[in-house]
Amino acid sequence: MAIKDYIRQRFFPHMWCPGCGHGTVLNSLLRSVESLGMSKNEIVMVSGIGCSARISGYVDFHSLHTLHGRALAFATGVKLAKPELNVIVPMGDGDALAIGGNHFIHAARRNIDITALVLNNRIYGMTGGQFSPLSGIGTMATTSPYTSIDREFDVVEMATAAGATFVARSTTYHAKQCTDLIKQAILHEGFSVVEILSQCPTHYGRKNKKGDAVEMMKGYKENTTPKGSKAKQENRDLIERGVFVQEELPEYCSEYDKIIAKAQKG
Amino acid sequence: MAKPKLKQHLINRDWCKGCGICVELCPKQVLELDDKDKVIAARPEDCIACKLCEIRCPDLAIEIETE
Repeated sequence: MAIKDYIRQRFFPHMWCPGCGHGTVLNSLLRSVESLGMSKNEIVMVSGIGCSARISGYVDFHSLHTLHGRALAFATGVKLAKPELNVIVPMGDGDALAIGGNHFIHAARRNIDITALVLNNRIYGMTGGQFSPLSGIGTMATTSPYTSIDREFDVVEMATAAGATFVARSTTYHAKQCTDLIKQAILHEGFSVVEILSQCPTHYGRKNKKGDAVEMMKGYKENTTPKGSKAKQENRDLIERGVFVQEELPEYCSEYDKIIAKAQKG
Repeated sequence: MAKPKLKQHLINRDWCKGCGICVELCPKQVLELDDKDKVIAARPEDCIACKLCEIRCPDLAIEIETE
C-alpha cells in the first residue's frame, strides 16, 4: 500500500502551520507502518489534546481522540481489551509530561505493549505558545516574557528511569532514522518511547529567534549527535540520537493473561 | 542495485504550504518556490532521486516517481 492509502485524504491539507515538524513525524510514521506492511485494521491510534494529537484524525486507522494528557490511560484500556491490536500514542511534550506525566511514568513502569511517540517542540503550540516542562531554562514563551526559570525533563532519562523497555530519540531533520526508530518501537514487545524533536516555527521559533522551519531543522543537525559518539565527549551540550534502551521484560497484557488463567484454575 | 532514476516530481499544489524545507534541504538544489509560494521542480535534470524532499515534507505534498 502507498502511504497515501493510510491517511484520510479528505482532511488534507492538514491544519498544522507551514513548516511544522509534526507533519514530518506523520510522514515518517506512515513510512514505518507501510514498510512493516501493516493493515489499517490492526492499528489503533490514541491521542490526547494539542497539535500533535491531531495526527489521530489524519490517519485512517482505528482512532481515538481523548482527553488532555490521558491518551495513555485510554490506550491502556484499549490494549488490555484487545491485546492483538497495535496501539500507537502520539503526544506532545506538554501532553505527555505535564498533564500526562503520571500516566506516562506508570505506563512505562507496567511495560504495557504501547508505542508512545513524544513530539517534542518545547512549547504549547495550539494554545498560543506557553512554556512546557520541556522548554528549559532561558526559553521565551507567552507565559515567560522574561524567560523561563524552569529546568526541563530529559524524556529519554525519564522514560528509562520509569522502566520503559525501548527508549529512543531522533529529530525531524533525521527523517530516515525517525522512520527506522518508529518501526523498531512498533515491533518491540513492551512500552516503547520515541522522542522526536519537532520544530514549532510559529511559537517557539519566532519567540526564541531560532529562524524559520528550515533553520530550526538545520539546528537539529548541528546540535545532535549519534549516541556514544566522540563529538558528545568533546561537547556535552550536544543531544544524543539513537536507541538508548532495548530490553526484553515481561509484558503487562501477557502477565495479566497468566493471572486470569491462575484465577480460573481456582 | 542500479541507482533509481527520476521519472518525475509529483507535486500536490493544494497541499503544499511553501515552507521551503524541501527547497533548502535538497542536496542538488533542484526545487524552487514559484510566485505563489508553491514548490516546483526547476532543475529536474539534476535530481538524483534521493527522496529527502519526499520523506521530510510535512505536508505529504511531494513525491518522487522513479523508473
